[in-house]
Amino acid sequence: MPKTKAQSPKEVQLYEETILQNEEISPGVFLLSYKRADDFIPGQVVRIAVDRLQPPRIYSICSGNHEKEIRVLFNIKEDGYLTPKLATRIPGDKLLVSKPYGGFLGTPKPAWWIATGTGIAPFYSMFQSGQFENKKLIHGARHLNQFYFENELDWAMGRNYVRCCSQEQSCDVFPGRVTDYLNSVDDLPKDQLYYLCGKALMVVEVRDLLISRSIPYENILAEIYF
Amino acid sequence: MVKEALFGKTLSELQELVVELGFPKFTAKQIADWLYKKEVSSIEEMTNLSKKAREILAEKYVFGLVNSTKVQESVDGTKKYLFPTGNGKFIETAMIPDKDRKTVCVSSQVGCKMGCLFCMTGKQGFQGQLTAGEIVNQIRNIPEWEEVSNIVYMGMGEPFDNLDEVLKSTEIMTADWGFAMSPRRITVSSIGIVPGLVRFLNESEAHLAISMHTPFHEERQKLMPVEIAYPLDDVLEEIRNWDFGRQRRVSFEYIVFHGLNDTPAHVKEMARLLDGIKCRINLIRFHPIPDTPLKGTDEATLEQFKAGLEAKGITTTIRASRGQDIYAACGLLSTKALVKE
Repeated sequence: MPKTKAQSPKEVQLYEETILQNEEISPGVFLLSYKRADDFIPGQVVRIAVDRLQPPRIYSICSGNHEKEIRVLFNIKEDGYLTPKLATRIPGDKLLVSKPYGGFLGTPKPAWWIATGTGIAPFYSMFQSGQFENKKLIHGARHLNQFYFENELDWAMGRNYVRCCSQEQSCDVFPGRVTDYLNSVDDLPKDQLYYLCGKALMVVEVRDLLISRSIPYENILAEIYF
Repeated sequence: MVKEALFGKTLSELQELVVELGFPKFTAKQIADWLYKKEVSSIEEMTNLSKKAREILAEKYVFGLVNSTKVQESVDGTKKYLFPTGNGKFIETAMIPDKDRKTVCVSSQVGCKMGCLFCMTGKQGFQGQLTAGEIVNQIRNIPEWEEVSNIVYMGMGEPFDNLDEVLKSTEIMTADWGFAMSPRRITVSSIGIVPGLVRFLNESEAHLAISMHTPFHEERQKLMPVEIAYPLDDVLEEIRNWDFGRQRRVSFEYIVFHGLNDTPAHVKEMARLLDGIKCRINLIRFHPIPDTPLKGTDEATLEQFKAGLEAKGITTTIRASRGQDIYAACGLLSTKALVKE
């Protein structure tokens, strides 16, 4: 029989935290916060669970590293175990969380941040931590109400904040997908870093597009929502 | 109403099912025999069940074998089967004959979420999970089924991202009531999702293969986005602390790319990282995919790399490329052309 260990070395340690807020900021999309107990680097993730029956899921931190709370952005997956339960939690309820970790880290170097949907979270953390100088943020969504934090981002980043909407149209919003927008850009800088965050298909399509436009793959860092 | 498949259910699931239907408990074992030990493909053929029992069973269930809709054969004898899945998608399965062995390379997902830079499956994104029945069907429902000697979970998808169904499928393959294969003839390959790895080590006796591809963290991040969430160091720490015993094996898969991961520095770092782990390295030739910036290393460098690892005391093999002409070789499986929005 296989040897069973009480706990493996890297088996995640979860700590109980109290939910401070859990707000539905767009249909089916929630911004949940709890008190920050540890330092983190913008771009890092935490693991979250509502009980110990199922393994925790990984979420990018969506708050600045000088804030007193940690926020995460999640959308309800109807067939999922965690998010339907998470969506019903209210301030004062308990939550199991890990310490922040992960290697999707920003740098002071010029970079393009490319996200779809809730993939905006790590970039918003970097933004809130003051790391948006020399950055261009491309955010893709199906609907206009899915550009989370758009007012702040638009105000601070101006023309370096691009919204791409594939299903609806509005002034100041690029009509189409992120890949359509990137294809419309004549000169993608080859010496800058490209950070991608979102679902697998978006990441591989954008990565292929960038590589086809002579961006070295070494300059592309991707975080996929598994 | 869509009827549920019996094929792919474990004995304990069949026991629950027969109780619900009001059958005697021993009927579960009889059904398992028909599903996994006999050459039948319909409930009607389960002749040691009463006619009435078969009728009741057929009201809610189907046997559940699914035929392949296409087969391609390589000049080297490798075959690639296309199977439809329950969610209206398709998967591919490779059957690789080699002397007295016939190895089946099964898929565990439709597409893949992992987005590895060198993999064709990753380019189609993720379209769904396979059920245990859909995984086992890839073995049971090919013409070579009775001659299958080895099974590798190295087809489309990441097995540890669909671990419940993968573990059910290995249970069916290894249990006395199932195919009764030795778990030592089964290898599950993963890129190293740590929670899945821990559970797999605890709950299965099959061999483990880990896709390494480079020992360096920064380099691996660019090739395999999973490195950001589950670094290789964490994967190796788990493995190092695990007692594999004398029979169970861990191996590391390593696609060798020209000028990227084929240097003496990589050999040295691999030797350092793998110190204390009884394992072997499988070196794999890179099979180019469209729009890739990567190139396979040349044969001389591949041999040198192998020799370098062996000089460090690491058992190293070079995997033969099979089925490349029909896109059945490592990293080439894809049903992207068949994906409908």
